[in-house]
Amino acid sequence: MIIGLGHYLTVAALLFTLGVFGIFLNRKNLIVILMSIELILLAVNLNFVAFSHFLDDLTGQIFAMFILTVAAAEAAIGLAILVVYFRNRRTVEVDDANLLKG
Amino acid sequence: MGLAGGYAVNLQADFLIILPELILALGAMAALLVGAVYGKKATRSLICLMALLMAAAAAATLTGPDRASAFGGAFVVDGFTRFAKLLVLMSAAICLPMAQAFFDAEKQSRFELPVLIGLATLGMLLMISAADFLTLYLGLELQSLALYVLAAFDRNNRRSSEAGLKYFVLGALSSGLLLYGISLIYGFTGATSFAAVALAVKASGVGIGLVFGLVFMIAGLVFKLSAVPFHMWAPDVYEGSPTPIVAFFATAAKVAAFAMVIRAVLVPFAGAVAEWRQVIIFVSVLSMVLGAFAGIGQKNIKRLMAYSSIGHMGYALLGLAAGTKMGVQGMLIYLAFYAVTNLGVFVCIQSMRRGGEKVENISDLAGLSRSNPKLAFALAALMLSLAGIPPLAGFLAKLYVFLAAIEAHLYIAATLGVLASCVAAYYYLAVVKAMYLDEPAPAFDRGPGRALSAVVAISAAFSIVLVFVPGPLIAAAGQAAGALFR
Repeated sequence: MIIGLGHYLTVAALLFTLGVFGIFLNRKNLIVILMSIELILLAVNLNFVAFSHFLDDLTGQIFAMFILTVAAAEAAIGLAILVVYFRNRRTVEVDDANLLKG
Repeated sequence: MGLAGGYAVNLQADFLIILPELILALGAMAALLVGAVYGKKATRSLICLMALLMAAAAAATLTGPDRASAFGGAFVVDGFTRFAKLLVLMSAAICLPMAQAFFDAEKQSRFELPVLIGLATLGMLLMISAADFLTLYLGLELQSLALYVLAAFDRNNRRSSEAGLKYFVLGALSSGLLLYGISLIYGFTGATSFAAVALAVKASGVGIGLVFGLVFMIAGLVFKLSAVPFHMWAPDVYEGSPTPIVAFFATAAKVAAFAMVIRAVLVPFAGAVAEWRQVIIFVSVLSMVLGAFAGIGQKNIKRLMAYSSIGHMGYALLGLAAGTKMGVQGMLIYLAFYAVTNLGVFVCIQSMRRGGEKVENISDLAGLSRSNPKLAFALAALMLSLAGIPPLAGFLAKLYVFLAAIEAHLYIAATLGVLASCVAAYYYLAVVKAMYLDEPAPAFDRGPGRALSAVVAISAAFSIVLVFVPGPLIAAAGQAAGALFR
């Protein structure tokens, strides 16, 4: 079997869906949400690299490099906010994030 | 082809075009250095410095070229970007003294505050000028990353850190949706620059893959506008974040996000109006209706303003749904009205302090007309203007948007909008009623201070006077909108 563009796109779509579901169905730990966000970004990267290869165009790979960099910054800031949150609340359970409601 | 194509680099000319951004970028870096050396005691001077830098950036925007593009077409400057950038810089510059007053009172003043506001503003300017999906993404992330931290800036406050966390998680999700959309658009058109995508759309039409990309992209963008069905972060973030930061979210960030949405939808997908129009109408109508009904039961005034902003985003999106020059003109008028009015409202909210503690309930405003009649009058004018009651500024802004929608034959959406705005008038009037008719609550500690009182006064005067001298704003917005439809 030859692995074509469709296969890559399917894997990326599955990873993306997993990531989105990881954010919405996860009721336990906030760290898992950070992992899900990474999963979404990696799915997008896979898409970009696969398209870039099959279009024979470099732009997609450049884009993927930028996404990797921004994802690192995003994870750092996310963890920093999580640490501040933990200091104030002494918990990282999703269900405990309920001070703001209306 | 995208960024990599044969493009003779002329850095000097490009640097001249991005002068406002350069001023802010270098200034923010310098401010960070100064802050790292002098620490907390530099905060006050850094806030002044950042306000001056914003004024310099605004001057550079005003005197910059009328129409130019830099870096292989990834960055454009025209009348449209000028209008939006001036609005953003003005709002950001007013948020700086607000933030200083607020964090001084909370004893949380830190030098990172002006640096972060400067970097977020830089991101907004990039978003406005982006003409390539890569520039758009980088500008958006620069803005968002700074805003996540700002939302959690009151770091010993449990509500502020929870607001920051929620904003971060949902913001990152929306970036993911946006990126997934961009990756599909890239895959099915072979380009990331707006012009090249527009050509590809015109040449080969819109296939199913591209429609998916378009929908994901719009979903990610609409998230930043807090329009329904991607609005759930807004009330929590507005309630939990520090008030001046919320003012920044509600004015500068909204204007920038709107400018970005307008260009990213209208320019690359000019040949696919039928595909995106339904989505935008759907989002717009739902936002107007939800903003009107969900705001009714709110007791916290910041939460109320969140639902109000959801509704207002719906009205402004109606102009985009029209997809015409008149629609964009209406949106720009709407954004100017919305930003100026909200700055005044949030200064009023910020001055609600009693016994050194901030209070945020609508009932705390009771009887304000007796304890501080000037502030009560200004806030009443702003609230009535937000409700769109003639002859105030909000009426004029809504009129332009609805006219554009009717001209584009969107009769049902426009009718629903008018009805929703009648429902929404209820909660704005409830605030006015509390101030003028209810038994007085104890007076607030003091007014907003001299400089911020001037902001309230100007903002209230804008709401009252705009109808009598609408010419300059309408002409400026028309010129800006014209730059997108040549």
